[in-house]
Amino acid sequence: MTPGPATATPVNPAPVLELADVSISYSGIVPAVVGVDLMVMPGEIVGIIGESGSGKSTLAHSVLGLLPDSAQISGKTLSLNGIDMLGASEQAMRQLRGPAAAMIFQNPMTTFSPMHKLGRQLMDLLWRERGLSNKEKRQKILKALQDVGLPDPAARLEAYPFQLSGGMLQRVAIAAALLMRPSLLVADEPTTALDVTMEAQILHLMHEIRRNAGVSILMISHHLGVIAEICDRVAVMYAGRIVEEGPVDVIFADPRHPYTKALFACEPALIETGATRLPVIGGEVPRPVRIGCGFAGRCPQVLECCCNATPPWVAVGAGNVSHFSRCHRSAP
Amino acid sequence: MTSFIMRRIGLAAIILLIVAILLFSMMHLIPGDPTVVALGPRSTPEMREAFREMMGLDQPILKQLALFLGRLAEGNLGEDVWSKRPVLTMIFEVLPYTATLAVASFLWAVTLGILLGCFAVVHHGKWPDWLIGILSVGFVAVPSFVVALYSLLIFAVSLNWLPAIGAGTPGDFISQLKALVLPSFAIGLGWVGYVARLVRAAMIEAMGENYTRTLRSFGVSERRIIFRYALRQALIAVLSVIAIGFGGLLTGSVFAEIVFSRPGLGKMTYDAVMSRNYPLVMGTVLVTSGLYVTCMIIADVVTAWIDPRVRSAL
Amino acid sequence: MAVIGIDTNPLQSQTREPGWLRRSGRVVSDIFHTPLGGIGITLVVLILVVAVFAQWIAPYNPTAISVKERLAGPSFTHLLGTDQLGRDLFSRVIVGTQTAMMVAISALSIALVAALPLGLIAGYGPRWLDAALILVFDSLSSLPMIMLGLAIVVLLGPGIPTVILVIVLYSVPSYARLVRTQTLSLKSRDFIKAEQAMNASTPRILFNHLLPNVIGPLLILACLDISTVITLEAGLSFLGLGVKPQVPSWGNILSDGFSVIRSTALPVIAGGAPLILATIGFTFFGEALRDALDPKLARERKP
Repeated sequence: MTPGPATATPVNPAPVLELADVSISYSGIVPAVVGVDLMVMPGEIVGIIGESGSGKSTLAHSVLGLLPDSAQISGKTLSLNGIDMLGASEQAMRQLRGPAAAMIFQNPMTTFSPMHKLGRQLMDLLWRERGLSNKEKRQKILKALQDVGLPDPAARLEAYPFQLSGGMLQRVAIAAALLMRPSLLVADEPTTALDVTMEAQILHLMHEIRRNAGVSILMISHHLGVIAEICDRVAVMYAGRIVEEGPVDVIFADPRHPYTKALFACEPALIETGATRLPVIGGEVPRPVRIGCGFAGRCPQVLECCCNATPPWVAVGAGNVSHFSRCHRSAP
Repeated sequence: MTSFIMRRIGLAAIILLIVAILLFSMMHLIPGDPTVVALGPRSTPEMREAFREMMGLDQPILKQLALFLGRLAEGNLGEDVWSKRPVLTMIFEVLPYTATLAVASFLWAVTLGILLGCFAVVHHGKWPDWLIGILSVGFVAVPSFVVALYSLLIFAVSLNWLPAIGAGTPGDFISQLKALVLPSFAIGLGWVGYVARLVRAAMIEAMGENYTRTLRSFGVSERRIIFRYALRQALIAVLSVIAIGFGGLLTGSVFAEIVFSRPGLGKMTYDAVMSRNYPLVMGTVLVTSGLYVTCMIIADVVTAWIDPRVRSAL
Repeated sequence: MAVIGIDTNPLQSQTREPGWLRRSGRVVSDIFHTPLGGIGITLVVLILVVAVFAQWIAPYNPTAISVKERLAGPSFTHLLGTDQLGRDLFSRVIVGTQTAMMVAISALSIALVAALPLGLIAGYGPRWLDAALILVFDSLSSLPMIMLGLAIVVLLGPGIPTVILVIVLYSVPSYARLVRTQTLSLKSRDFIKAEQAMNASTPRILFNHLLPNVIGPLLILACLDISTVITLEAGLSFLGLGVKPQVPSWGNILSDGFSVIRSTALPVIAGGAPLILATIGFTFFGEALRDALDPKLARERKP
C-alpha cells in the first residue's frame, strides 16, 4: 500500500483514523467540508494540501472534536483507533484527546497561555498521570523536551511563552503532544508561522518522531514543499472536498485533477526560470458546494455536467497504485 | 518599572493641578464678589473678610493662584469658614468612616460579582447565563440612592432589623457591623453587576483564545480551563477596574451616607455645600480627586505587575 | 503557495455605509428579538409617551397644594395618594417624567453639539492642543462626578441650568474623545488626502465625512448615558441641589418622601419606581442598540 520507510505493513492493519463521507457546516447553512473520505494507517504520514478556506483546518479540528459549538458534523464514519467519534459524548471525546490523537497548532506563539509559566502548563496537560508525583512529572517533561532538542529545558519550564522563540515553542508543543503517546498526531500548518530554517528543523523532527515513536501524522499544509518533504500520501482539498488523493511521488509526477495541475503550475519552486508571466488560477476560491464540482467555475476543461453532478471518485492509478481523482474528465 | 511609576505619578500630579486650577477659577468665573459667590449671601462680613484674607483676594489674580497652589503643595487646604478648623484635619477625622464603608461594599460586591460571573460562564448560553446577564445590567442601571432608600424602607423602617441611622456605637463592633450592612449593600449592588459582566466577558474571551484550544486538545476538563486559566485572565481585567472603581466608591458613598445619616466624607461635603462653605468643598473635592488618581496609579501598576509580558517589558 | 483571488477593492473611498437609515429597520427588529432589547424598548417608548403627554395624563395640577388632603393614602381620587403638602403623587410622578426627560435630552444634546468641534480640534489641530485637550478631558473624568456637581452647585446655586451644566461637563469628555479618535483615523485615509489635493478645505471635508461615521457610536454612547444622566439629575434633586423643590421631579418626590419616611412609605416608593424603570429601560435599550449596531460584538469566533 504505502511506501512509507518505517511502515512494517501487517496484513490488513486497522486504520488509526478513518473518515467516511464526513461533512461539516457552520451555523447549519455554511458548508465547510463536504463528503470527505480519508484513512490514515499506523505509522503513515498523510498530508492534506489546499488553499485557505478549502476546509482543511476545519477537517483537522474535527478529528479531535475541537470544532466550535456553531459547527455541525455529519457522515458515515469518523473513528479514531476504531472508536466512533460522531456519536461520542463530550466526555468520551475528552478521554480520546491526547492518547488517541494529539494536535499541534499553526501559531506556536498563541499555543500556550501567556500568563502562566510553561512548566505549570505542561504539568496541567499531564493531568491523566494521577499516579505520578509532581517531581516525576517534571522529570518526564524534561526528558520529552530534551528529546525534541530544546536547549536548556529546565530553564524553559520557569519561562513564560513570550520569552521563547516560535521555533522553540513549537518544539515544546510537539514534546507535549508526544508525552501523550498518541496514535495520531494532527499537525495543523505547524511550520507556517516559522521562518525557513526553523521549518526545516521542525519537519526533520517530525520525521524522527515517526521513526522513533511510530506515530501516524496527519499533516495539514498549504505548502507543496512541506508536503513533498515528509508525506507518504497526500490528499488535495478544494472547496471542502478532497479532489485527488494518492502517493506523494505519484501525484507530484502525474497530477490528474485540473485543480491539482493548476496548483502545481503556480508553485514558485516549480515555475521555470525565465517565465514572463506568473501562472495564476483565474477567478476566486468559491464556497464549498454540495452538488457539482467546486472547481467548475475556474476549470479550464469544464464540462456541462460539472455544475450539476458531483464527479465520481475514480481510481486513476496505473496498476495497483492507489491514486484517486474526483473529476468528470477522469471518469470512464 | 520605576520610570513607568514615575510617569504615572507625574500625570496624576498634572491632573490634580488642573482640578485645583478649575476649582480656583470657577470661583472667579461667576460674576459678583467672589466671597459672596463662595460663601453665599447670608455669610457674615467677618467670614467674608477672613476668606478674602485666606485666599489673598486683594492680590492680582495670578498671584492669588500661585498662593493657592503654594498652600496646597504644603498640604494646607485652608480653614473651615464656620468653625475655623483646618480642612485637612476635618477630612482626616471622617475619612476612616468612608474608607470602611468603601472597603466593606467592595469586599462583598467583588466576591459575589466574580462568583456570578463564573457561574454564568460555566452555564454559558443557558438560562442561568441569561438571567445573570439581565440581572447584572439591571444592578448597574439602578441608582444607588434608590437602592439605599428602598433598603432603608424595608429593612430599617418596616422590618426594623437593622439600624437606620449612624455608624454604630463607637467601640461596639457588632453595632458598627450592623450599621454597615445597608449602606454597603446600596453601594455594592451596582458593582456586583459590573464585576459579574466583566468577569463573564473576559472569561468568554479567554475561552476563545488559542491556548484554551490547546488545553482542550489534551483533554483538560472545561472546569480546569475555566478556573485555572480563564479566571486568571478575567481577574486581571477585574483588578484594573477595581482600583479605579475604589476611587469611584468613595464618592458613591455620598448618597449612602446622607440617606443613612452616616458620618463620612460625602456627608461632610454635602453639609459644606448646604452651608455654603466653599473652602471645605474645595478641600474634599481635591482629596477625593487625589484618592481617585492614586487608585488609578495603583491599578496601572498592579495590572502591569501581574501580566508577565508587561512586567518584563518595564 | 498557489493562486489566491484578489480581495475587495483596496481603493474603496466610501465612508458612508449605504442605507444607514434603511438598515435601521433591521436594527429595530434585532433589538426587539433580544430579551434585553424587548424590555428596554418597551420601557423607553412608554416613558417617552408619558413625558410627551404628561399634561394630558396627569389628573391634577402637580403643584396644587391642598393642606386638607396631606399624606392621603391611595384611593380612586388619588391613585398614589398625596404628599405632605397634599399634592397628588400620581400627577407629580407623571409630570416628573417630563422633567427628567427634558433635562436629560437637552443636556445630552448640548454635550453632543459641544463635543463635535472639540473632538475635531483635538484630532485635527496641532499636537500640543490635542495633548492639552486630552489632559483636560482626563482631569474632568477623574473628577468624581458628584463631587464636581456639588462644587458647581455651591457656586451657581441649584436649578435646572446648573444640573445641565454638570451633566454637560460630565459627558463632553467621552464624546469628544470618540470624535477625536474618528478624526485621527479619517485624517490618515487616502481619500481625504485625495480631496485635499483637489483644494477642498480639510476641516470641511473632515466634518462632512466625520458626521456619518461618528453619529452612530455617539448615539449609542448617549443612549447608554441617559440613565446615568437621569440618575444624576434625580440625585442632585434628592439632595435639594437640583431642580427647584416645587417643580415635580422624581428626585424631589424622593426628597419629600424621605423626610416623612417614618410615617408613610408611599412617596418614596412612588418616586423610586419610575426612576428604576427609566434607568433600566434606557440601559437595556442602549445595550441592545450597541449589540445590534456593533458588528464586532455580534460576530462569532471560528477556529
